[in-house]
Amino acid sequence: MRAFLAVALMVLAFAGCKREEREPRPEPVAERDIPAIVMSDLAPGEKPPSSPDYPHYTENAWQVSEGKRLFEAMNCNGCHARGGGDIGPPLMDRQWIYGSEPGNIFATIMEGRPNGMPSFRNMIPEQQVWQLVAYVRSLAGLVRKDVASGRSDDMSARPSEQSLPEEPPRNAGIPPSATGTQP
Amino acid sequence: MNGFQSALHPAGPQALHIERLIWLFTGISAFVLLAVTVALLWAVFRRRERRDLAAEPRPPELRERRLGRVVGAAVALTVVLLFVLLTASFATDRRLLDLEGREQLTVHVIGHQWWWEIRYAHGEPARRVITANELHIPVGVPVRIELTSPDVIHSFWVPNLHGKQDLIPGSSNAITIEADRPGTYRGQCAEFCGLQHAFMAFLVVAEPEETFDAWYERQLAPAREPGNDQARRGREVFLRSACVMCHRIRGTSASATYGPDLTHLKSRQILAAGAVPDTRGHLAAWIADPQGIKPGARMPITALPPPDFQALLAYLETLE
Amino acid sequence: MSASEASDLRDGPALDEAVTRARLEHTWRRPEGLWGWLVTVDHKEIGRRYIATALGFFALSGLLALTMRLQLALPESHLVGPDLYGQLFSMHGSAMMFLFAVPVMEAVAIYVVPLMCGTRNIAFPRLVAFSYWIYLCGGLFFFISFAGNTGADRGWFAYVPLSGPEYSPGKRVDTWAQMITFTEVAALAVSVALIVTILKQRAPGMSLDRMPLYLWAILVTSFMVLFAMPAVMLASSFLIMDRLIDTHFFNQAEGGSALLFQHLFWFFGHPEVYIIFIPALGFVSSIVATFARRPVFGHLPMVLALIATGILGFGLWVHHMFATGLPRLGNGFFTAASIMIAIPSGVQIFCWLATLWDGRPVFKTPLLYVLGFVFIFVLGGLTGVMVASVPLDLQVHDTYFVVAHFHYVLIGGAVFPLLGALHYHFPKITGRMPGERLGRLGFLLTFVGFNLAFFPMHILGLSGMPRRVYTYPSGLGWDGMNLLATIGAFTLAAGFLVFFLNLLLSLRRGAPAGDNPWGASTLEWATSSPPPVHAFAHVPLVRSREPLWEERESLPVVTGLRVDAREVLVTATVTAEPRVREPSPEPAIWPLLTALATTGLFIGSIYTPWAVVWGTVPVAVTLIGWFWPTKREQRKEKATEHAPGLAEAGA
Repeated sequence: MRAFLAVALMVLAFAGCKREEREPRPEPVAERDIPAIVMSDLAPGEKPPSSPDYPHYTENAWQVSEGKRLFEAMNCNGCHARGGGDIGPPLMDRQWIYGSEPGNIFATIMEGRPNGMPSFRNMIPEQQVWQLVAYVRSLAGLVRKDVASGRSDDMSARPSEQSLPEEPPRNAGIPPSATGTQP
Repeated sequence: MNGFQSALHPAGPQALHIERLIWLFTGISAFVLLAVTVALLWAVFRRRERRDLAAEPRPPELRERRLGRVVGAAVALTVVLLFVLLTASFATDRRLLDLEGREQLTVHVIGHQWWWEIRYAHGEPARRVITANELHIPVGVPVRIELTSPDVIHSFWVPNLHGKQDLIPGSSNAITIEADRPGTYRGQCAEFCGLQHAFMAFLVVAEPEETFDAWYERQLAPAREPGNDQARRGREVFLRSACVMCHRIRGTSASATYGPDLTHLKSRQILAAGAVPDTRGHLAAWIADPQGIKPGARMPITALPPPDFQALLAYLETLE
Repeated sequence: MSASEASDLRDGPALDEAVTRARLEHTWRRPEGLWGWLVTVDHKEIGRRYIATALGFFALSGLLALTMRLQLALPESHLVGPDLYGQLFSMHGSAMMFLFAVPVMEAVAIYVVPLMCGTRNIAFPRLVAFSYWIYLCGGLFFFISFAGNTGADRGWFAYVPLSGPEYSPGKRVDTWAQMITFTEVAALAVSVALIVTILKQRAPGMSLDRMPLYLWAILVTSFMVLFAMPAVMLASSFLIMDRLIDTHFFNQAEGGSALLFQHLFWFFGHPEVYIIFIPALGFVSSIVATFARRPVFGHLPMVLALIATGILGFGLWVHHMFATGLPRLGNGFFTAASIMIAIPSGVQIFCWLATLWDGRPVFKTPLLYVLGFVFIFVLGGLTGVMVASVPLDLQVHDTYFVVAHFHYVLIGGAVFPLLGALHYHFPKITGRMPGERLGRLGFLLTFVGFNLAFFPMHILGLSGMPRRVYTYPSGLGWDGMNLLATIGAFTLAAGFLVFFLNLLLSLRRGAPAGDNPWGASTLEWATSSPPPVHAFAHVPLVRSREPLWEERESLPVVTGLRVDAREVLVTATVTAEPRVREPSPEPAIWPLLTALATTGLFIGSIYTPWAVVWGTVPVAVTLIGWFWPTKREQRKEKATEHAPGLAEAGA
């Protein structure tokens, strides 16, 4: 009984640690962990292994909220309008043109995408890009509820990230530039 | 450097009024404490015929009335002293307002997590100075400080000049300060505002009016054109790295307002809101590892190749 | 009346004394073993447990404080980082206020008040048991969260917007807010029980004007709890709703107000100080009277001063907010009110001085703590007058001056009397005398250590050192005094250690204490040490303010309470004339089960709003179990409707 309690406590404590850490200098994510850009669900042979989870960022409330701060500070709202989409695609639905895995989103921010998404390589330090990645995933309900952000102290047009419904991701895999419908 | 951030070393009329009040309160308090302590010691140590727990508890006697008179007198004296203190407090409070309405200069101070943005108000937009963490004021001139916060509650406090005033998001407060002798005074955020509350300091530099005017003119000027190749390369590094996303250097295309304005970085005495002095070595350390110096600060770690890093430093050194 | 009429057996001349005691012992006994431990409703057992738990949290919070002092001993120290430091001072403040100071005062009251009233058990003992369990769960939850890096990190005040959803990600602030809910539920439950015990269960004859000052102090405190605690529960509930379900109580952009939180918090927070401090005044009055060998001078002014403090305590909260830019005229009013509260405090100090002067003080450890209290508390009160003044407060607010001030008031004003009271009541609780030598050493260390730790902080504050900084640069003239304060803090900790070590040693080795080892005057000393489960074989009859001094040899008693069923005597509120015999509840597991169900609801609500919906089901089930009427209780209910048939008799 006592042993069980001790184990339960340790598990609890560990879960808390991961979620609550305020680690301003986390270990950098190794280059090899970042998968290549996925343009399509179709792949020869087996499906590629799913990318590693970046728990430093995606399972940590502070990193996610830092991402939220940066999302505003770096004017992501200018095109993505709080995740709802404007001249940039919405981020809170289930459509992920260039993939929903953290590595995909990282690559999207770092390299840019055709038709408007600029490359932020060298302009946003890697650590902050990972914070943005974690936040972007939370917009579609892809992070744990106890990690997602609460409402902001501003005029709130939509529910906070923690009350957004989870949207199971579907990689559309068709860049708009390839469909020919875009100018 | 003692007294560089202290309520007991007033450098302005308001801090002086408050300091006098501190000493008045301290004096009366010391008197009361002494009186009570003496009375206590006398009460317990005066000679008694018998001290033990078996002693018959003494029923109240005729002495009660005499005791009652003494206690009554002590209470009356307490009330009188409290009235004296209350009156002094109200009088000082009124005096603190003396400067209000006579201000000749208005400065907006904006508290950020965890640094101070300072914007001098001026009728002409072109003559508004923007700087950070260092407030210059002319000696003998009442200055109105308008306080706002975009994030959490901070508190503006320069103990040598005045008491504190909170910066509350969503509303604005103001405080008037005046320095009556030149000098540099340290101020600090006084309301807990998160991880780096301890390093949210700023300096107030009080200087004669001519010196202040000269400083103001220098601050108005855009950044100087870098004089050598190294510095020119540094500017390029600045403009195509993460620096440009948050900082502004007037005279270049860097115009972000998220972090402190760096146009005249080297004219300031402190870096990172008081975490380190503004020297080349500390600047290098701050850019290379801000999170080691001030964990949790908004300045990210930017990995720059060593030659770029040196060039950037050389450029920043020219921002005087 | 013969013993064979088991259905209605009462104490009295007709019943043999030995039989009475045996029957009472049997009636009031709880089941043996772990089960009995869990189901007990004996106020003495719950009180002891409550005291021990509160002291446990005191030790934990003290360790946090020592860690902070180590960090601040030297400038620019890297012992702990800003994140951990934020948790340290927040946990220290919150736990000291919510898990130690208020609960320990109530804990001692749970033990002492019914005995001092001369009744057999506290009113609503199951509610008190529930209060203990919920308090224990809340406290454990708070510290376990801290062990899991989810400790509160926004100060004990948790101002919005810093503690709001945008600037405090994660669950840290939620654990803080729910800990408030836990402890406030516990405190409210105890207050209700104490008020009813004091107003309705005093021994016959103990009219309001014969009530000991300690009971007055607890009565005033309990009413203050009743009025103050709802404000902070409102604040913490609004906060947690803002954080978890997107409400906008404190969101300026949506019509909320950040200052509203401060008003709600301090409307509770200031009375809170008096809630901690007024019971301590009661301890001081008890100790002064006993060891000065005379009744406290000026009983009526003392009572009025307690009541005045209780009322004025609600009119001062804005002096915590002078720097927020509220209207000047309003601030002036709060300055006047804050300074005014020094008058009732002064009245009490002078009355104690008069008592000591006129009496024949015996220097035992409890009295030493009271003497230390007078010095420290007067100093703390005077700096309190300083922070009440708007101009002065603008300089010292949120600096180490304030830290010094409230530690003078809380440690000097409340912990010193508490230690005195623990030493004083130790023989009653354990039946053993506490050691005098170690007791004195403990006092010396705490007194010296305390002043060494906290006096320099006054100067630090005036020299510009703000509170809640995890480190400070050297060269500002703060280094020496910080080091001194750290040395003092460790001396103080050593003093506490010696004090509690002394009590632990005395538990084994202490000389057996008689019923009334200090020769005190109040009713709790009329029964044996430790008291039997039923506390009094016969309910005492009170004919003066100091019953054990006026009638030293034989205390008159009233008889006629049943010995074969748990009964307490209910008396009139003002005159304390006997009114009815009231059944007192049997032991039950329901308080524990209800507390566990409530704990599930409170903790679950941090993680999902649905816990509030589904969590009510177990709470409702356990509450129904708790209040399910049993046949025995119904029968007893009827019995009380008959004339009580009390006989008044001198022994």
